[in-house]
Amino acid sequence: MATINVNLISGRSIQQGVAIEGGKEKPLYRTACGIIELDPSDLKKLGAWKNTNVRVTSEFGSVVVKAIETTQGPHMGIGFIPMGPWANQIINPNTYSTGMPTFKGTPVKVEVAVDQQVLLGIELVQKACRGETV
Amino acid sequence: MTKIVTDVICPFCGTLCDDLEVAVTDDGKKITEVYNACVIGTEKFLHSQASDRVTRPRLMQADGSYKEISYTEAAEYTAQMMAKAKKPLMYGWSSTNCEAQSMGHEIAEMAKACVDNTAAVCHGTTLIAVQDIGLPTCTLGEVKNRADRIVFWGCNPAHAHPRHMSRYSIFPRGFFTGKGHKNRKLVVVDPRPTDTAKMADIHLQVTQGQDYELLNAFRVALKGEWLPDVVAGIPKEKIYEAADILKSGRFGIIFFGMGVTQSLGKNHNIDEAIAVTKDLNDYTKFSIMPMRGHYNVTGSGEVMAWQFGYPYSVDLTRGFARYNPGDTSSIDLLSRGDVDAMFTIGSDPGAHFPFKCVKKISELPSVCIDPHLTPTSGVSKLHVPVAFNGVEAGGSCYRMDNVPIDCRKVVEPPEGMITDEQFLIMVRDRLKKIKGVA
Repeated sequence: MATINVNLISGRSIQQGVAIEGGKEKPLYRTACGIIELDPSDLKKLGAWKNTNVRVTSEFGSVVVKAIETTQGPHMGIGFIPMGPWANQIINPNTYSTGMPTFKGTPVKVEVAVDQQVLLGIELVQKACRGETV
Repeated sequence: MTKIVTDVICPFCGTLCDDLEVAVTDDGKKITEVYNACVIGTEKFLHSQASDRVTRPRLMQADGSYKEISYTEAAEYTAQMMAKAKKPLMYGWSSTNCEAQSMGHEIAEMAKACVDNTAAVCHGTTLIAVQDIGLPTCTLGEVKNRADRIVFWGCNPAHAHPRHMSRYSIFPRGFFTGKGHKNRKLVVVDPRPTDTAKMADIHLQVTQGQDYELLNAFRVALKGEWLPDVVAGIPKEKIYEAADILKSGRFGIIFFGMGVTQSLGKNHNIDEAIAVTKDLNDYTKFSIMPMRGHYNVTGSGEVMAWQFGYPYSVDLTRGFARYNPGDTSSIDLLSRGDVDAMFTIGSDPGAHFPFKCVKKISELPSVCIDPHLTPTSGVSKLHVPVAFNGVEAGGSCYRMDNVPIDCRKVVEPPEGMITDEQFLIMVRDRLKKIKGVA
């Protein structure tokens, strides 16, 4: 199965804003933030249709999200996961003595994971805290 | 029948829109409609009315289930936790009012806690840069009335501050900007062609993580000096063109966001952005402003600064305030396992901290004060739901340009619910008794 390497950034999207105010326990939060926005050319390299579940892995962790075609592109080589528990499983937590984690610019590997499930927000954090795979 | 409450303040983002109109039922108990707000603000007001809302404190049991307890019991649990801890961390504060923040700081002093706000994962590096070289800034009113050159660097207000552009920065017709967006030039710097970038006169699609290089190139271009053919993925001609646009304005402003504060370089990126602003003032009038996220994160910085002398990452463990981001900042304290209790209010570190820190929170005695169910409430031992500040409680808040605005109470909270300030008073009084403080 093909894998691709992209540079991961996280940040606000308006759907994320609506979802956090609408309830982080609801499926809408997962729809808004349990995703990775990829450039169409990167999706092609990955050999995946849009809306396929993928596993995104960095040296800091791993998480399953849904790969969608970017809504604000093109941005070849960049993956965007809206800020939230899914992105925070894999971003670089190092602050380099500034107090600020490196939320933008983490090298990640993306691979197709059609048989794996994207978890709900609170469920994801609770499972990960128990040491289970997310 | 409904009545309309006018001039309501929106408690979502740092823009703190003050022109909302909210329709409430005659008995003043239910919100039926929200006018003038963005989609996020509307959701905030309407979600407060949800029928499945948690209205009583809940204590996690050994098997992971929750037991409902009273506010008095919750205050007792919190006070005992703070009293027992040697180095508790009190984090959040950005989604509550300045009065509650001040009350929380009293608790922090008694418990010798570390106090930090959401600038830790937002504009903390900006605050370091401001202490480095200062900040030539202005109010949003000045932007509306005077600015004809707007730069959005590493921020995407179309998504994060949805009404910023229509109220202040691009579209409004001000005193000296009568033609609205027609006499404003917009430059956007972002590694993605965002919805904000699509409106720009010039979009510089910078290579991610190379903002420092590009800001430095701007300083060179402003002076008309030599540049390499390409800097940070941008051809030099485009940099010279953008620099000329900025120089030719009557009044300009750089708004910047997480793109520069969270990428590598961090506070040094902001240093350089402020230096660009300083250089631009050789040619015209220019200001710079951080795009603050939470509606009262600025307020928390203000209150912390006037009470402790520092705007975030304050450590009171030794009985006096110390400040050293990288050491006394939440992420580092949690990563190193330096704290032995976690008190969260008005924010969600469970969702927005790196997972390594969230795992630490789940292992500590912890209290989460938040109207919502969140990943933080899901891993905390005690969840205390409170009234929504700005919807069910009023209080002082600071807009992103440091202008204080009084939030309005629109409806009553569900019966029996209290505000976070009231809960903090209960905790403070109980802690005083435990500690034997007069």
